[in-house]
Amino acid sequence: MQELLQQIINGISLGSIYALIAVGYTMVYGVLQLINFAHGDVFMVGAIVSFYVAGHRLPRTLPWWFHVIVIAGLLVAATVKLLSTRSGKLTLRAMLPFVLMYIALVPANWLASEISQRLPDTSWLTAGMSLLVAIVACGALGFTIERSAYKPLRNRPRINSLITAIGVSLLLEYGGQNPAVFGPTPRAYPAEMVPGIDRGIQLIGGAHPIAINRVDVVVLALTLLFMGVLMFIVLKTKTGLALRAVSYRFDTAALMGVNIDRIISFTFVLGSCLAAVAGVLYAVKYPNVEPLMGLLPGIKAFVAAVFGGIGNIAGAVAGGLILGLVEVLVVGYLPGGSQYRDAAAFVILIVILLVKPSGLLGKNVVEKV
Amino acid sequence: MRSLWAAVLVLSAGSLVGCYKSGGSGDNASEVVIGHVASLTGDTATFGHSADEGIRLALDEINAKGGLLGKKVNVITEDDRSVSDEAKTAANKLITRDHVCAILGEIASSRSIAIAPVCDDAKVPMLSPGSTNPKVTQDHPYVFRNCFIDPFQGECIARFAMEVLKLKRFAMLYPVNSDYGVGLRGYIETYVKQHGGQIVADLGYTEKTDKDFSGQLTKIKGADPEAIFIPGYYTEVGLIGPQARKLGITVPLIGGDGWDAAELLEAGKSSLNGCFFTNHYSPDEKRPEVQAFVEAYKRKYNGKIPDAMAIVSYDAMNIMADAIKRAGTTNSQKIKDALAAAKDFPGASGLTTIDKDHNARKAIVVIEIKDEKLTYRTKIEPT
Repeated sequence: MQELLQQIINGISLGSIYALIAVGYTMVYGVLQLINFAHGDVFMVGAIVSFYVAGHRLPRTLPWWFHVIVIAGLLVAATVKLLSTRSGKLTLRAMLPFVLMYIALVPANWLASEISQRLPDTSWLTAGMSLLVAIVACGALGFTIERSAYKPLRNRPRINSLITAIGVSLLLEYGGQNPAVFGPTPRAYPAEMVPGIDRGIQLIGGAHPIAINRVDVVVLALTLLFMGVLMFIVLKTKTGLALRAVSYRFDTAALMGVNIDRIISFTFVLGSCLAAVAGVLYAVKYPNVEPLMGLLPGIKAFVAAVFGGIGNIAGAVAGGLILGLVEVLVVGYLPGGSQYRDAAAFVILIVILLVKPSGLLGKNVVEKV
Repeated sequence: MRSLWAAVLVLSAGSLVGCYKSGGSGDNASEVVIGHVASLTGDTATFGHSADEGIRLALDEINAKGGLLGKKVNVITEDDRSVSDEAKTAANKLITRDHVCAILGEIASSRSIAIAPVCDDAKVPMLSPGSTNPKVTQDHPYVFRNCFIDPFQGECIARFAMEVLKLKRFAMLYPVNSDYGVGLRGYIETYVKQHGGQIVADLGYTEKTDKDFSGQLTKIKGADPEAIFIPGYYTEVGLIGPQARKLGITVPLIGGDGWDAAELLEAGKSSLNGCFFTNHYSPDEKRPEVQAFVEAYKRKYNGKIPDAMAIVSYDAMNIMADAIKRAGTTNSQKIKDALAAAKDFPGASGLTTIDKDHNARKAIVVIEIKDEKLTYRTKIEPT
């Protein structure tokens, strides 16, 4: 009995990470009907950025090749835009955010590096700082990805965006594997930045104690918090209203005065920030980072999102939790279960889709974001 | 159409240049070229780096003494990213492009098993410094190794746990997708069962993808073992250790030579105190050969203390050089025969004799982790 209880706790703690990633997935899908395959890789970038900050490894200046790539990219984009449209002046304005972001990046990086050098190895300040930098970096990355890769394809068949998403995902995964960037070797993440990380909280003592990890409590609390915040934004704010309008039909929403570019970017940035939070928490829980670390959690989170009814925030959280539970129970109770843990997720997905194609909480709920 | 022709032209020109550049390493070549397949990047990157550093140290010493057969020796290292298929590609590249006369590598058994048929087919001798799974050399006439094999290692792990630590109830947590892990698990289990011990929980994990072990560990905790065998690699052990302690598992974790890497403690930290693993050597050993090697290695690599993969690779390079010297030629067939005849070679990790199964018989060292440091516990001689 106690063992089962402990397994359930393990499952919830694993599932809450899936839930956190799934929420970002589902939000983007809800608005754009685009499965953002790069989401798992934004999650990875979040973990790696915080690895640099918490480990005092952030370089003061960005490497030269980074500047070359960005400037070359900007020049190419500008040329293409000027050649492809007649009113060049207007379209060049679309590049302004990128130029500004690039200019801001240099001092921001320097500042973050200076601060990270002075941070102690273990303190809430370090943990908070590395989380903050990861969120900002991933937000900027999400914005860049959306504006440069998805926006130009918005009025094309959906399959184009889907393939582009896979392309962006591969770019981040294999770009990160380049030794000049991060390299394919997994590195130990400085999880000790969170004070008291090793301490478990004992729920039941005695001969068979049941323990819950501090990180797990934080992860679960943050997941539920973000779920609440997101639902508030979507259901109660004006931006949320616009978001729902865009998700319903974006050309009509534009006619009603909604700035759809801004709303879609907002969705992406929000989703990427959530991915960053999930990435940092995942790395704290499993202190080992590498460029492919987002692949499997990304796929699992996608399953969780579909499972819960893609586009539905509460569904994504429920899906994530159930997926985590199933995985841990399969490992713990099925003979030879560890081989089937990944398969189990997909078997459950198939069953759910057969019985209820819209997912666990799909369709019945009025809002669709 | 024109661009298509241009592409064809460029490609064919490229392949011509490629053909022209690749020199041979036959007896007329200006240097002796040996290939090294190593995991310089990926999950077990330390293995590849340590191996390469050990080999380069030996290489420097050989060249300082005038090389081999009156020629300079060169080692070409190919990275396999810790992936079996890549290891195969790397070996093929070394054989067909660089025309190496012999291959050193790999450390991980799965990857050595992948390379072995390639070397057999090309009739190029291969010497693995540290792969311990028996299948590496079985039925492979051109494949040799410079270390003990897992039946012996498994026995030593189990014997140490049962005789020295006086334990009887064990749990097993092993990588289901690794030849090394599956093999070693079997040998440990056999010994434990034959000698009145018990495996009370037997669970697997998937190497490279699993990061959460809470399901397995909770199950193990419920079975209440006195120790847990983890015949896996350091990357996973570094994650398993902290997770086990957080769940309140305090019993020692015991493993094999796959644990030996600086990253083990970087990730596992204090959670691994009081744990044990078997290894090829310990830098604390007082033997003069070991100490001379440790000193030379530290001098070359800025004070870095060599791990086991460095010393077995250092020895492997020297054994290979000795074989080439005795063969008197870079003819692969003759090198293979000379390797098979290697007897009582004075390596840093001990006297090396290649037996009829192409394995070396060497003593095993038990390492204890104390205060986040690897310390020498005991040594078990081959029986």
